[in-house]
Amino acid sequence: MLCADMTKRLKHFDLELRFSCAPGAITAVVGPSGAGKTTMIRLLAGLERPDSGTIAFGGQIWAEPESGVFVPARKRGLSLVFQDYTLFPHLNIRKNVAFAATDMDRVDTLMDMFGIRHLASSKPAAISGGERQRAAFCQALARDPVLLLLDEPFSALDVATRRNLRANLKELKGELNIPVLHVTHDLEEAVFLGDTIMAVENGQAAPDWLHRQCMLPQQYPTGLSRHAPVRSS
Amino acid sequence: MDWTPLLLSAKLAFWAMALIPIAAAPLAYLLAFGRFRGKSVLDAIVALPMVLPPTVLGFGLLMVMGPRGVAGAAWEELTGGRLVFSFAGILIASLIFNLPFAVQPLRASFEKMDSRLLESAAILGLSPAAAFFRIILPNCIGGLAASSILVFAHSLGEFGVILMVGGSIPGKTQVASIAIFEAVEAMRFNDAFLMSATLIPVSFAVLMIINKLNARRP
Repeated sequence: MLCADMTKRLKHFDLELRFSCAPGAITAVVGPSGAGKTTMIRLLAGLERPDSGTIAFGGQIWAEPESGVFVPARKRGLSLVFQDYTLFPHLNIRKNVAFAATDMDRVDTLMDMFGIRHLASSKPAAISGGERQRAAFCQALARDPVLLLLDEPFSALDVATRRNLRANLKELKGELNIPVLHVTHDLEEAVFLGDTIMAVENGQAAPDWLHRQCMLPQQYPTGLSRHAPVRSS
Repeated sequence: MDWTPLLLSAKLAFWAMALIPIAAAPLAYLLAFGRFRGKSVLDAIVALPMVLPPTVLGFGLLMVMGPRGVAGAAWEELTGGRLVFSFAGILIASLIFNLPFAVQPLRASFEKMDSRLLESAAILGLSPAAAFFRIILPNCIGGLAASSILVFAHSLGEFGVILMVGGSIPGKTQVASIAIFEAVEAMRFNDAFLMSATLIPVSFAVLMIINKLNARRP
């Protein structure tokens, strides 16, 4: 279980979020551009430090400025897929996927599942953007992460590739049995993938944001709350 | 004509080129990615040999590397020999003199790298040291080669620092640039011309290689 109650001073507002994510569930995080979603992901990943509060995973505190605790990104055992792939250019696709993997069979299985086995010996520069993003997913999953963070991983992809990757992710969800936090701009994607939807606006949980986006009346049940995401209906 | 000074220059340039990454790469990493107090001071210290007159740098090194200097005394204690007026001495002086010329292109190459690759490496469990060897260096091989070759070319033409630290001992510290100077002083223009004519195409070829590498960087 991931539990976060954190604040971070940003240029235009303070990020203040409190939420938890359960294993085996996808929490879709939606909100306008510049709402603080990526900062939230970076804080959880250990790429930035919160100003106050606590980020804890499975009973272990990852970050707590008040007590001086900060577990660096490399020791958190999580995976993060960025908006645009970050494969290592000097390694071929198989070596990229296997970069942090412990089980080579798992590497092959994932490459088969994501349809990139035939690209094993290709360098990232030689394949398409969609193929690179599939490889980035395989790399993230091959290390058997304790937490999967996805920062708009489908936004730069064409519709067909996006649909395939979404299906792959949904298929893997049960097998992974880890918390997945998925930041997206796409409400349809959030509804399709998310067990829980959390809206963020100006660094705060914004339960009414979805209503405003969908022009829904305020009483429409989206299952959102200010402090903790609630399973969507 | 005695070819020894040219061979000695080539030997000095080769060793400077081979050894400079050991000091330049970590310094370039610190200056490119480090966030620490005193970074601008370190930056200025590393760049200092670039702006100091070679004789001033050479004099400073002579003081430190001489028998009564810290480095010179330690060297004598360790090896029994003197550091100044030796090949090891001019090599160390050459490395110090060349440091900024190696650090600057390497640092530029590191800074050109997509910083998310390093974040990705950290998330995938790599320590900063492991990321340096497994991610940064392989992706900046062009910058590394360009900086080493620049040092090679620069070492071939060194004069002031070498003269101050090594003097002009034939076969030991008398490199081509010093031999050319002495040949001109002694009015042996043929020797000076032949040595210069050998250095010019070598330097030109080296610059062509650097240009090619720079076009392909990082």
